[in-house]
Amino acid sequence: MVDLWDGLVQAVWLMASLDAELADIAARSLYVTLTALVVACALAFPLAAYLAVRRFRARRTIIAILNALMGLPPVVVGLIVYLLLSRSGPFGVLGLLFTPTAMIIAQVLIMVPLIASIAHQSLRDLWQEYHDLLISMNVTQGQKLRTLLWDARRALLTAALAGFGRGIGEVGAIMIVGGNIDNVTRVLTTAIALETGKGEFALALALGFILIGLTIAVNLLIHWLGQTEREGRW
Amino acid sequence: MSSMFPLIVSGAEARRRGNRLIGPIDLQLEGKGATVVVGPNGSGKTTLLNLLHGTVRLARGHVQWQVNTEDARRMQSFVFQRPVMLRRSVIDNLAYPLVIRGQSARTAREAAASWAERIGLSAMKDRSATSLSGGEQQKLALARALITEPVVLFLDEPSASLDGRATRDIENLLLEQKAAGTRIIMSTHDMGQAKRLADDVVFLCNGHVAEKTSAAEFFAQPATLQAQAFLNGDIVE
Repeated sequence: MVDLWDGLVQAVWLMASLDAELADIAARSLYVTLTALVVACALAFPLAAYLAVRRFRARRTIIAILNALMGLPPVVVGLIVYLLLSRSGPFGVLGLLFTPTAMIIAQVLIMVPLIASIAHQSLRDLWQEYHDLLISMNVTQGQKLRTLLWDARRALLTAALAGFGRGIGEVGAIMIVGGNIDNVTRVLTTAIALETGKGEFALALALGFILIGLTIAVNLLIHWLGQTEREGRW
Repeated sequence: MSSMFPLIVSGAEARRRGNRLIGPIDLQLEGKGATVVVGPNGSGKTTLLNLLHGTVRLARGHVQWQVNTEDARRMQSFVFQRPVMLRRSVIDNLAYPLVIRGQSARTAREAAASWAERIGLSAMKDRSATSLSGGEQQKLALARALITEPVVLFLDEPSASLDGRATRDIENLLLEQKAAGTRIIMSTHDMGQAKRLADDVVFLCNGHVAEKTSAAEFFAQPATLQAQAFLNGDIVE
């Protein structure tokens, strides 16, 4: 109990004193995960809409695989990205290993199946509703996808938030591909892991509370921007 | 204007999983007035309309407009029994078909605003369409179908679950459109509505066209036994 309390006190203290290192780490956490989120959404949303609208042979298989990959173990993703980006790997020449970019790549891979699966579910329902009308109006394939994505935007926001949640709290993959290098690739989660390992429980806890606070703040901000949960909206 | 008529349907059939839903249907529709498709439940009214509209696949036979398919599709609109509302505002629902056809958002919204006025939904034009009542939704769906100025308007039981006032509003709009020259092809189970709107009647029974005559003739002296029974209110299979 004492540790919890110490952690809370230290969290408040760290934030109140505007600790430069903390701000740096928190900013990097946000940068990595938000960038990965944007990229992941750009890939996952059109994929989900396409899977909802088109009927082709491999569709069911792809959906099943996406659903299964929602629980993709981050450590494994980290390992694979590590091997791909390492000096001897196929993308080794890019020199991306142990950079924030590598962390972003790993997080994109972790987020895409989750976001696409959740988005697909709501897009599929919406398509069922719209199907007859849009077919009757003779819309093109592209217009169909755009209409669905636009009208389901609030459901897509939920999918994006789920992706953000998975990314911001993730430690396995970014630890491996980022390396937790001070001032370069250290983020909140890897810092927590490090401090815990050193026995600095209070500091680790403080970072943890800050991470949770940050997550809640981002969620509230996105909800507010998206104007969800208001009467007459979806 | 109605150079897409006559619509010639020959030997048309629709199937689902090998079962014949309707057909073979032979029918010729000329380019004027309102044709009302009547018949018992399950006789294939909806399927027939969809077949003519091109949204149900033709298993056999032909549905032939006098213009090419692409033009024909562009000159038609369809109003469903249960209105499909896009999850957008009333005005955006109305503007949608125009935007799809490449009009600028501004001109589309102007046209939409004038239609909202016409159907009495101006005050609600920024509300979400899904929050409207059933009658308002159907009026919106009708206006959305008309905004592209179709040559042919299909309606599948457009007032099936509406109250009297909404039904009257919709019928008035249809009569106006008919007077303006829009070809109306609709189904209904409401014989009063059929009498009020129809110029000619297609009587469907068991997926076949049992009768196609002028409305006056059909209601005065139906030629087939099934139609007589149907008009008498008997259960027709």
